Amino acid sequence: MSSSHRARLAAVAGLAVMSMVAAACSSSSSGGGGGGTVSTPGITKTTITIGSHQPLTGIAAPGYDEIAPASNAYFQYVNAHGGIFGRKIIYKYLNDQYNPSITSTVVTQLVLKDKVFAIFNGLGTPTHLAVAPMLNSEHIPDVFVASGCECWNATSALPDTFGWQLDYVREGKILGSYIEQHFKGKKIGFFYQNDEFGQDGVKGLSDEIPKSQIVAEESYVPTNIKIAPQVAALKAKGAQVVVSFSVPAFTALLKLTMLGLKYTPQLVVSDVGSDPITLAGLLASFAKNKTAGFGNALTQGIITDGYLPSLGSTSNSWITLFKKIHDTYVPKLPFDGNVLYGMSVAYTFVQAMFKAGKNPTRESLISAINGGLPQGVSVAPYVYSATDHNGISGAYMGVIKNGALVPTGGVLVTDDTATGAVTAYTTPQLAAPASGIPSP
Amino acid sequence: MARSPDPRPAGRLGGLAAPTLVRHLGAAVLAGVVLLIGSNTIGDYRDYQLANVAVYVVAVAGLTLLIGLSGQISIGNGAFMAVGGYLAALLLADLKWPLIAILLAATAGAAVVGAIFGVAAARLRGPYLAGATLMLAVALPSVATRFQSVLGGDQGLGFFIGVPGFLGPNVSPYRWLAWVTCGAALVTMVLLANLIRSRTGRSWRAVRDDEIAAALAGLNVARLQILAFVVSAACAGLGGTLLAMWNQSVSPGLFSLTLSIQLLTAAVLGGLGSLTGAVLGSAIVVLPYTYLQNQAISLGMTTATGSNVPILAYGAVLIVVMLAFPAGIQGLLAWMVRASRVRQAVRWLTGPLARRASPGPSVHSAASGHPDQRSAPAAEPQEKGTT
Repeated sequence: MSSSHRARLAAVAGLAVMSMVAAACSSSSSGGGGGGTVSTPGITKTTITIGSHQPLTGIAAPGYDEIAPASNAYFQYVNAHGGIFGRKIIYKYLNDQYNPSITSTVVTQLVLKDKVFAIFNGLGTPTHLAVAPMLNSEHIPDVFVASGCECWNATSALPDTFGWQLDYVREGKILGSYIEQHFKGKKIGFFYQNDEFGQDGVKGLSDEIPKSQIVAEESYVPTNIKIAPQVAALKAKGAQVVVSFSVPAFTALLKLTMLGLKYTPQLVVSDVGSDPITLAGLLASFAKNKTAGFGNALTQGIITDGYLPSLGSTSNSWITLFKKIHDTYVPKLPFDGNVLYGMSVAYTFVQAMFKAGKNPTRESLISAINGGLPQGVSVAPYVYSATDHNGISGAYMGVIKNGALVPTGGVLVTDDTATGAVTAYTTPQLAAPASGIPSP
Repeated sequence: MARSPDPRPAGRLGGLAAPTLVRHLGAAVLAGVVLLIGSNTIGDYRDYQLANVAVYVVAVAGLTLLIGLSGQISIGNGAFMAVGGYLAALLLADLKWPLIAILLAATAGAAVVGAIFGVAAARLRGPYLAGATLMLAVALPSVATRFQSVLGGDQGLGFFIGVPGFLGPNVSPYRWLAWVTCGAALVTMVLLANLIRSRTGRSWRAVRDDEIAAALAGLNVARLQILAFVVSAACAGLGGTLLAMWNQSVSPGLFSLTLSIQLLTAAVLGGLGSLTGAVLGSAIVVLPYTYLQNQAISLGMTTATGSNVPILAYGAVLIVVMLAFPAGIQGLLAWMVRASRVRQAVRWLTGPLARRASPGPSVHSAASGHPDQRSAPAAEPQEKGTT
């Protein structure tokens, strides 16, 4: 064999194999389509397939990895009780490790291979930002993103994307107005995740807290767990109150680093980073301390807010309902804020799907949410409209006591502008439906 | 270890270039037609996967040339991909350049960085070079978090290029993606195949096999080694741009250390120094990943465990391949072809003809020095720099 012959063979063989592999694989994908008689992807006569990206491993996984299983538990409950107009929900969630580049890969897989009807509750601000433009360019409903970033409220650029939880600007304003009233004249420091999650929170806080009181703004990136320099800076600037917009792992790191530096300011933590059960577990695991109550002792006194009913209020009809579903479908998970979150957002999706009609299409789901949704499990109403894609509009303030969030005041609502006031919301919350399923 | 695609010393220096180029171009056009037909029939998801393989082919081809031909190791080619990817994202966002200009500029940009690093690399040998490139792969992505306002931090920058208008609405974005990436892969393969068979390619092999002998023969060892780094970095830069296009964004997580290791794995699995091996290795690293992960999870493993199964499998396969078939899959295939009874049968049938035409042993075995009775493809000369 001559050398040129060999080189040529090498090139031909290589490329031929490449095309053959692709062609051979294609035969297995032909069965993945929607099926049934309806042409909407992901909808058959008996099923609705939806997908999500979730951090099941990695830095954001502790706590957040319970959300999708909890949502799935609620869907299983609905499926067992008649489904949505007879259709069962199939919920396929893939692990993106809170890494935006993996988010893009897994969501493309969900869209192209699994042909999902919608992306539901994709978790994380930096992660979901990587896929929202693609989902909108293909008009795939991108509903109830698990992030309070204001970026989801972009009805012209992202018309098919909807937020759900209290957005970070509103949350920042509610926390900020509380701090402004209760810590007058104290030095305030911010600790936040340096992306749109933390930046939105800081925006809301700065709307309410007088500039003269803010002495330090320190940030972290999720890939770097060494936050001692930032904490030392907060201490050096003499911050007496530290407000943290962080994921649970970084709230725990913040608390432990403060402990190490003998620095004990009042901690105020946004809802997403303050679930007491998750924090207690993380604190014990990071500090390698197995003493009973170690974690709870450290979370004692953290001020935070809540937009879902408090887990401690066992007489609340929503908590009773979700506890029952939890005990049936996901008894191994702790019944904590993440499980409550997962079930609540799943309930909202079922509300929207019922409203989208007996023969749902992607368009009918979008217009159903644009028409507004009735207040469900959240303590404040939704603001959904054709021009507003934020979700829950308010929260109550609370403090962590003995490992549980205890509300300290009534529900506060506000808007996402710099000047809109924070006001009390007094309409009482409706009880959960007896069936546990929203009425069509 | 690496089998040079051209084990015979080529006797002629000139005159051969044009026919070689024509042959390689012919093969590329043929493969291009197959890929074009294929991409139109396999559906969006397979197009997306095909594009992913093509992206890896571009980067792995450059790496396999660096390690297999010039004998320098790099664990850090993911860093050069990051240079290309980020440069492309900045050019798209700030200057709105057309795609072809972005691809060329990002390739050139990575080549420049490769040249600078190559100067340092040419002074390092073996594990020291490996360590230096590893450092590059670990350190470079964090530049993006340091200069967050420009490079977007952990969140990264968007890189969204739609289907050009003239193709009409019938071409899906994923088919377009497959066309661009496969086109780039074919161009890269043709250029590298010619480079490997050129005077430069032969000089690289001389340097790889014995630096002192090569220097005594009048070759500028340092310059050749830097050139290999430049070519490898250029391929990585192009691959990084295509990866950004495939991922629709660039972020530090896209160019993690895992990516650099995957490139190395693909090059070793395929067979160092072999372009065919680069294609095979890329396909093996890319395609079974999702499948393995889904299988593991459907077998009842938790997602946390299942997510790590593909990495475990690659590690195991890499160890087995290095132990049993150091020349990689391409070497294994070549050995199987040589050793197979099919070939013996063909020889037996054609033998009398060949003997009648030219008495004596066959041209191939005499010239290549690889008798068919070889037991395994392991008897390669030990190389420097690939420890």
